[in-house]
Amino acid sequence: MQIDLTINQKSYSLELDSRVTLLDAIREHVGLTGSKKGCDHGQCGACTVLVNGRRINACLSLAAMHDGDEITTVEGLSDGELSPLQAAFIKEDGFQCGYCTPGQLCSATGMLQEISEGWPSHVSDSLDGPYELSEAELSERMSGNLCRCSCYPGINAAIRSVGEKA
Amino acid sequence: MYDFELARPTTLAEALEMLAEEGSDPLSGGQTLIPSLRARLAMPERLVSLMHIDELKGIEQRGDALHVKGGTTHAQLVHGAYDIFPGLASLAGRIGDPAVRTRGTIGGSVANNDPAACYPAAALATGATIHTSQREVAADDFFLGLFETALEEGEIVTGVTFPIPQASAYEKFIQPASHFALAAVFVARFDTRVGVAVTGASEDGAFRWKEAEAALTEDFSVAALEGLSLPEQGLIADVHGGADYRARMAGVMLRRAVAALA
Ligand SMILES: Cc1cc2nc3c(=O)[nH]c(=O)nc-3n(C[C@H](O)[C@H](O)[C@H](O)COP(=O)(O)OP(=O)(O)OC[C@H]3O[C@@H](n4cnc5c(N)ncnc54)[C@H](O)[C@@H]3O)c2cc1C
Ligand code: FES
Ligand code: FES
Repeated sequence: MQIDLTINQKSYSLELDSRVTLLDAIREHVGLTGSKKGCDHGQCGACTVLVNGRRINACLSLAAMHDGDEITTVEGLSDGELSPLQAAFIKEDGFQCGYCTPGQLCSATGMLQEISEGWPSHVSDSLDGPYELSEAELSERMSGNLCRCSCYPGINAAIRSVGEKA
Repeated sequence: MYDFELARPTTLAEALEMLAEEGSDPLSGGQTLIPSLRARLAMPERLVSLMHIDELKGIEQRGDALHVKGGTTHAQLVHGAYDIFPGLASLAGRIGDPAVRTRGTIGGSVANNDPAACYPAAALATGATIHTSQREVAADDFFLGLFETALEEGEIVTGVTFPIPQASAYEKFIQPASHFALAAVFVARFDTRVGVAVTGASEDGAFRWKEAEAALTEDFSVAALEGLSLPEQGLIADVHGGADYRARMAGVMLRRAVAALA
């Protein structure tokens, strides 16, 4: 079927089987291989992308469900220059093998946006904010993104260094 | 996945017409259905997406109850329900992880009736009504066992109405890899009665713990639960925990919920 996707502000008109997931469309058909496939089951978060600014697992959605949506992948986070979050991941040692990193970056971008809109999490002390980027808040808010290399201290430090400036 | 056609209707009437045809199944957030399609556990000829139907989304207070339309995502419920029914918002805010909550819907969750799903516990404990495209069914008559519900072919969940308790708490002991409940208990305290439901523990799915309800209705305190435990018969035993462990954890979750409210 004919599917029109907008990825990183570029339009793609694709002829795809209805079974193609958003993740496979992005990687195999559009050729943006930044987003990763870890489990293909919604459990690891390596495939996290932003759809209309919100994080989703691209492996658990069909490409055809996203006709007309604004999709952002890790490639769309930088504009020639690294985004502050990307630079912070390098500075704070937020990765080792790097496989989970595109998902972590997209997820953290969406998460900081949620905080800026005043979304509490299950571990927040109050519903009205402001929310400190404590260990507990970060573990809860980033719970969908696993890191097999266990770089959580670096990931949290990187997110905190950007989030606290925002 | 087996091959299927995908339709994206924008009105409920159109969707129901499509679903009336043989071989058609609804698709909501896909957080359960896409993995099952991939494992070839489902083989619909056509999937009818409910995600582009505006009339299936939203939350509203109706007197003493909260009505949640079937296509409302977990994330939308969290943000729409804090002020009206905080215990339910808290439950929704702990389903899976943030990405799952962006897509997954209440309709998909209650229709699927996973034995560890969260919403069925809240629906049973509060005495909710499930609205379908054809009728209204009491939660007690809707959840019929492992992945079984009262839904007929072509019938969909269009909403759930939850009576709002004075106070409620959901204590969830998670299996950390999936974030699903190993044992979780929803306690809803009303003026004249207390509702208690357990999920994650039973091979028959979520169920009301009536002995706990009776004890708490008489005396809402942890002490009133002295000696009360869940029989191990029919509880799930798997790699994550045995039946004895789940029985024990359900008891702990119940007491924590009551302690939080008493
Ligand atoms: C990593 C992960 C963790 C999760 N953790 C939890 C958890 O902790 N607690 C929890 O409760 N759930 C959890 N879930 C499940 C999640 O909540 C799903 O969103 C939900 O079970 C199904 O909703 P859906 O909208 O995605 O439905 P779909 O996957 O689209 O559909 C599920 C089934 O219901 C049918 N269906 C869909 N919509 C309707 C409708 N309106 N009427 C009738 N039938 C319908 C479909 O045909 C299909 O058979 C988790 C899922 C994942 C991937
Ligand atoms: S690949 Fe999508 S969550 Fe693991
Ligand atoms: S850096 Fe290796 S999985 Fe996270």
